[in-house]
Amino acid sequence: MTTTHAPRLLRRTRAGRLALIALSAALVVVVLPTLARDARAQDTVGPAPSEMAPPGAFVIRGARIVTVSGPDIENGTLVLRNGRIEAVGTNVNVPAGATEIDARGLLVYPGLIDAETNLGLGEISSGAPGTLDTTELGDMNPNAQAWVAVNPHTSHLEVTRVAGVTSVVSMPQGGVVSGQAAFLNLAGTTQRELAIVPTVALVIDYPRVGGGFGFGGGAAVTPEALTARDRRVDELRRMLRDAEAYGRAADAYRRDPKAVPRPDTDLVLAALVPYVRGERPVMFRADRERDIRAAVGFAEEMKLRPVVVGGSEAWKVATFLKEKNVPVIFDAMWGLPLREDDPYDTLYESPAKLQQAGVRFAISTGDGGAHVRDLPFQAGMAVAFGLPKDEALKSITLYPAQMMGVADRVGSIEAGKLANIVVTDGDILDARTNVRHLFIGGRQIPLVSRHTVLYEQSKDRP
Amino acid sequence: MRRLTALAICLALTLSWWGASGARAQQTQRSGGAQRSGGAATTTTAAAQGGETLIKGATVLTVTKGRLENTDVLIRNGKIAGVGPGLRAGASARVIDAAGKFVMPGIIDAHSHAMIDGSVNECTLSVTSMTRVQDVLNPTDVNLYRHLAGGVTSLLLLHGSCNAIGGQSATVKIKYGRPLAEFPFPGAPPGIKFALGENPKRTNQPTAPGQQRRYPATRMGVEEVIRQAFTRARDYRAAWDEYRAASRTNKSLFPPRRDLQLEPLVEILEGKRYVHAHSYRADEILMLIGIADEFGFKIRTFQHVLEGYKVAGEIARHGAGASSFADFWSYKMEAYDAIPYNAAIMTRHGVNVSINSDSSERARRLNVDAAKMMKYGGLTEEEALKLITWNPAWQLGIQERVGSIEVGKDADLAIWTGHPLSTMSRVETTFVDGDIFFDRNLDFARRNALEGERKALEGAEPNRAPTQGGTPPTAPRGRPSRASDAHDDDQIIDGGDDQ
Repeated sequence: MTTTHAPRLLRRTRAGRLALIALSAALVVVVLPTLARDARAQDTVGPAPSEMAPPGAFVIRGARIVTVSGPDIENGTLVLRNGRIEAVGTNVNVPAGATEIDARGLLVYPGLIDAETNLGLGEISSGAPGTLDTTELGDMNPNAQAWVAVNPHTSHLEVTRVAGVTSVVSMPQGGVVSGQAAFLNLAGTTQRELAIVPTVALVIDYPRVGGGFGFGGGAAVTPEALTARDRRVDELRRMLRDAEAYGRAADAYRRDPKAVPRPDTDLVLAALVPYVRGERPVMFRADRERDIRAAVGFAEEMKLRPVVVGGSEAWKVATFLKEKNVPVIFDAMWGLPLREDDPYDTLYESPAKLQQAGVRFAISTGDGGAHVRDLPFQAGMAVAFGLPKDEALKSITLYPAQMMGVADRVGSIEAGKLANIVVTDGDILDARTNVRHLFIGGRQIPLVSRHTVLYEQSKDRP
Repeated sequence: MRRLTALAICLALTLSWWGASGARAQQTQRSGGAQRSGGAATTTTAAAQGGETLIKGATVLTVTKGRLENTDVLIRNGKIAGVGPGLRAGASARVIDAAGKFVMPGIIDAHSHAMIDGSVNECTLSVTSMTRVQDVLNPTDVNLYRHLAGGVTSLLLLHGSCNAIGGQSATVKIKYGRPLAEFPFPGAPPGIKFALGENPKRTNQPTAPGQQRRYPATRMGVEEVIRQAFTRARDYRAAWDEYRAASRTNKSLFPPRRDLQLEPLVEILEGKRYVHAHSYRADEILMLIGIADEFGFKIRTFQHVLEGYKVAGEIARHGAGASSFADFWSYKMEAYDAIPYNAAIMTRHGVNVSINSDSSERARRLNVDAAKMMKYGGLTEEEALKLITWNPAWQLGIQERVGSIEVGKDADLAIWTGHPLSTMSRVETTFVDGDIFFDRNLDFARRNALEGERKALEGAEPNRAPTQGGTPPTAPRGRPSRASDAHDDDQIIDGGDDQ
């Protein structure tokens, strides 16, 4: 981590050296960026050998299966085996010895996905700083990796999954480059088991003028503040260009170690290489209209794959976002309108407006961990304000999976995907609905949590 | 002598807080006409409308008398005049076709800091019972309009939680757009905020260098502060009793010196002022019940009461209500054992339980919070609805007027697009005393005009942005609203109000 706080002079020197290496690399014919590909493979290798019991075989019968990716299947049968969805339909082969689950009258959903949380990185948000690992020091921390510090035994994990949210993106925050987010499947006893994609996205808190919204945030627009913002953006640009050069240099050396000088290993820049090559998404925190435009413009200039996170005013730039094909993780369903004279339902209506404009979007709680379980209810409220119900469900399942590049594994009920399955007794977007069965990665998960344990301890005390 | 008369009245009568301070209220009253245009100001809707309204063909959730299908509700002169099928109204009545829609009583939020202008906390002393929320109310807080849009019609406005004994509370109807004088809930009993645990001991409040910490710093000290205060109040009352008795025969006696800090505590001892006690851990809940029993008064509500489920029997036997979050937890140490089954366990033990917001953001979706309580612990639909209607009405002592849909009660109610316990329903129209204070169609109709006004203001020279691009900044006009999604009691890191 110390390298990120290196004095500016040193970085300049390093940048200069890298430029030279890149130049010499350009003389060599460039075809295969093999080194970077190896790094990527290592980062997305998936869970380490599990310490948990192997997943069994299950057949869930008689339910209405809400596949999300296709039409609902009435009175369907769902087969889970070896951690995956093996078959889904009305007439499917069932393996011998599978555990039968009678789900007549119930509904089956894919596990819900919250694409923006800090789950596992902080237990108690105030008064217990020892439990917080969300925010590293300094502005540039691309090699701060959330998955390393996720506490697999946080009480938030069980509380979240028994409500039907089976996967989350857990991300670092703060600074300019906050670090790298992890895609977690919420079943496992180590962070390696949880993090099915350890480094799924880079998180950039895009430099902005003023700290926040409304009057305070708006009032801070001064020429000095704009200059300061631009300076931070310049630093970010320089770092990303360094990473590009570093990647080229490393590739060149790998191809021809005899002719090309060996670049010193730089973990910070190495962390950025897959992102500057557009191989993985970059999550840009931006809420105000001007910040969203600026972040998307910057991403375009740097050829990144941006995902806007926050997006309170995304509806105002919906046409722009559609045109640029930039998705939004909207986390402000339960925020107050930014301005005193905004319509009362500005934020409630935002998902519907994004959907109508054809913008790719996900709904997220943006929560630290304890209240991620509210995810389906936030999506439900978007329905109250105009979002079609099937779109609301997609916005907390398939859409976030697509944005994070994991739709081949999660987000819908399709054969071959991970068996993240929630069986309910009602509409999953309704707060009155109960989860009746839960599977994550094909394992049946007991519906217990810190909360059910405390409930059982106290409910009968006179 | 005049002062003495006034004091005697104060001590002898249970006055509504507004009545007790009419003169001061008149002075601080803000004109409704001065409101800003923000948030679709309700100039047209909020004017007294009077007359009759007939809501036809709705599903009516009465809360106390069950669920009535295809039922009419007749409103006359601000009261519910009829509930039943095929009701008739006069020719001039406003008729609302509510077929397929739901009507429920206005939601009552038993823990709010909306419209409290500036700091919610007077933190310099550990006992600030002389301070009054009623003195700092802003009827133009746009959050009030947002509350109405969530079906909320009455609020208990509480002082913050930074002292063991905090300031006096205010109970209001949300008459957004009207002068402040119309907000106080008529006849609502006066109340006061107490607080236990981390906030009064200032656990999470950084102390500036050189600044001395305020006593108390432990839960021992919190108990001691409350005990000392009531001991003094008891002596104070005795001094007045002795004086009154003696002055019947001896007219030349001087009265005891009046003490504005102790007077509200005397009212508590005499059962005339409700105690609303912010609390988290089970031990501190039992501690306060112990003090109340010892000094002979009742706690009206434990607020937050996140570990109430551990001592639900004791709370029920004391006769206190409990006003809690639905499922807010893990935001500080004393909230780590909070469970969403709290409301259900306390309800099953016979406690009157309400679900509150403590946040202008959360207040807008208390229906969803109530709905969760069916999932967590299996409350019935009617029990869940009571958590945000009849039960908080009882906790505020206004259950004769509001909290259910019954003939003769105030016409404080809302029309919803679907069942209000569904996340997928929203409010169409909200009535307070029979007048419309929120209506979605009226709101839409007003948006264009507001947008035009906004554009004009932004285009005005003083408001232009210094550089190109993006939205020009909006300069603050008047007081910034307390817009925050934080929970006021517990917004610690950002220096929340209810500290």
